[in-house]
Amino acid sequence: MIYLDNAGTTKMDEQVKQTMLKYFDVEYGNASSLHSIGQRAKEALEQARADIAKVINAKPNEIYFTSGGSESDNQAILSIARMGKLNNKKHIITTKIEHHAVLHTMEKLEKNGFEVTYLDVEKNGIVDVNKLKRAIRKDTILVCVMFANNEIGTIQPIKEIGQICKAKNITFFTDAVQAVGHLPIDVNELNIDMLSMSAHKFHGPKGVGALFVRRGTPLFSLIEGGAQENNKRAGTENLAGIVGMTTALKIANKEMDKTNKKLIKFRDKLIKELTKIPHSILNGDAEKRLANNVNICFEGIEGESLLLLLDDKGICASSGSACTSGSLDPSHVLLAIGRPHEVAHGSLRLTMSKYTTADEIDKVIKEVPKIVEYLRKMSPVWDELEKGERKHVI
Amino acid sequence: MLYSEKVMDHFRNPRNVGEIKDADGIGEVGNAKCGDIMRMYIKVKDNKIADVKFMTFGCGSAIATSSMATELIKGKPIEEAVKLTNQAVVEALDGLPAYKLHCSVLAEEAVKAAVKDYYDKHNISYDKDKYCAGDCACLVEHEHALEKAKKTATKSATRKTTKQTKATKTATKNKAKSTAKKVQHKK
Repeated sequence: MIYLDNAGTTKMDEQVKQTMLKYFDVEYGNASSLHSIGQRAKEALEQARADIAKVINAKPNEIYFTSGGSESDNQAILSIARMGKLNNKKHIITTKIEHHAVLHTMEKLEKNGFEVTYLDVEKNGIVDVNKLKRAIRKDTILVCVMFANNEIGTIQPIKEIGQICKAKNITFFTDAVQAVGHLPIDVNELNIDMLSMSAHKFHGPKGVGALFVRRGTPLFSLIEGGAQENNKRAGTENLAGIVGMTTALKIANKEMDKTNKKLIKFRDKLIKELTKIPHSILNGDAEKRLANNVNICFEGIEGESLLLLLDDKGICASSGSACTSGSLDPSHVLLAIGRPHEVAHGSLRLTMSKYTTADEIDKVIKEVPKIVEYLRKMSPVWDELEKGERKHVI
Repeated sequence: MLYSEKVMDHFRNPRNVGEIKDADGIGEVGNAKCGDIMRMYIKVKDNKIADVKFMTFGCGSAIATSSMATELIKGKPIEEAVKLTNQAVVEALDGLPAYKLHCSVLAEEAVKAAVKDYYDKHNISYDKDKYCAGDCACLVEHEHALEKAKKTATKSATRKTTKQTKATKTATKNKAKSTAKKVQHKK
């Protein structure tokens, strides 16, 4: 199997697995218990907190453990919103390419009296900071821009946005789920106030993540109950998962440069070779892009059928077609960068990891053109394009 | 698994793919905006579907339902072919996930559109209400398809409930009879 859906989830690192094991049946204490086994669990928990904080240059008491990226995203946004409501300020700025965990939370807030500005992105999939600046109002309480996009891998101008927000005294939250472990992040240098991360995107376990909240930034709990996480997130800590996440992040951080160097070569080769297929186009900036991400549209075919045929060849990938999302509309990210519906349906996303090999890349380069050609032969859309009855868009 | 073996077979080895250059009727339904387009070509001889071919832009279900639909109408008299329902296509494929049922509706409409085209070209009269021309606005067509898919799902669920209700009614009746008999006996 050639696994190229690492933006979806990643294989857990062997070392991570080994580190986690003892927390299931040896050091299985509840970190809130008074006895020795509980206190040892508490120690491990706090060590993990300090380790995670160090990687992003935060303080340990600024790290909160959650069940993953979605929960962290929800808690961050809803906290700032609640604070805003108390101060009668109700404007939020975000982008059209955010993950649904952010977008659906924003929609929920809109139904509760908040005004949300969804910034467009440029054709290259990157936010224009001048447009962001112009969108700021007197009652803006939050700027929420993802660090790197999960579909097209584009990296947003986080440093500039951080500076703008600091100058205007507006909370800056970034969904860094696709960036943590893949890009160097210093929350102080970048003036980030809140940040979300998810372990299973960097070879850690699923079901665990973290939320960075700069001291002084308001945080309200989503889940009520015990006093865990300084009363900000009830629930017995998933210590095995947390330790796993910490180990995974330390490894990813250490190997980052080496992995990125390797993947950039693979990425650029994939882009070069696959865009040789006629009437295809790369989605998102070719350079301001995660090293592991390739996303290409092929005119005249549909994504799910492409994925099924790739799967038959042992290649796991993903797509932005409507069929793969279960809705009538294809990927909102592809639409936001200006791809027409029919073209957005024919997208292929390949996301690599440190485990990807050169042979695997070569196999993909060999198989994709054959499958695209096969599907085009049976496509009435391609037929019309070739006959000139429909105009080529790409 | 997302799809049944039959669906995967018709997806991997679609039957009757291609075009008919001198087709007697061509029907195209769906919309690239929605991500599903089916085009069906038919050749009619002695009022029967002598040959049928299809081209589809769409997902696994779209390709599989097109393929199955062509198999189901090949060689059949036109009046029979045009009665093909999406339920028949789905059953022949051993089922589809609920959110993919609308693809089967598109297959049914592609057949109707091809036959309608044949009637139009040969000035044969027909009941216009029974034929979806495939030129509805994308959203209307999909809503129409989704409505129909919902009805299909509800119909089979209702059939189940009606059966259950009937069974319960009969059981209650029988119990009442036996209780009445007991009372009589006691008397």
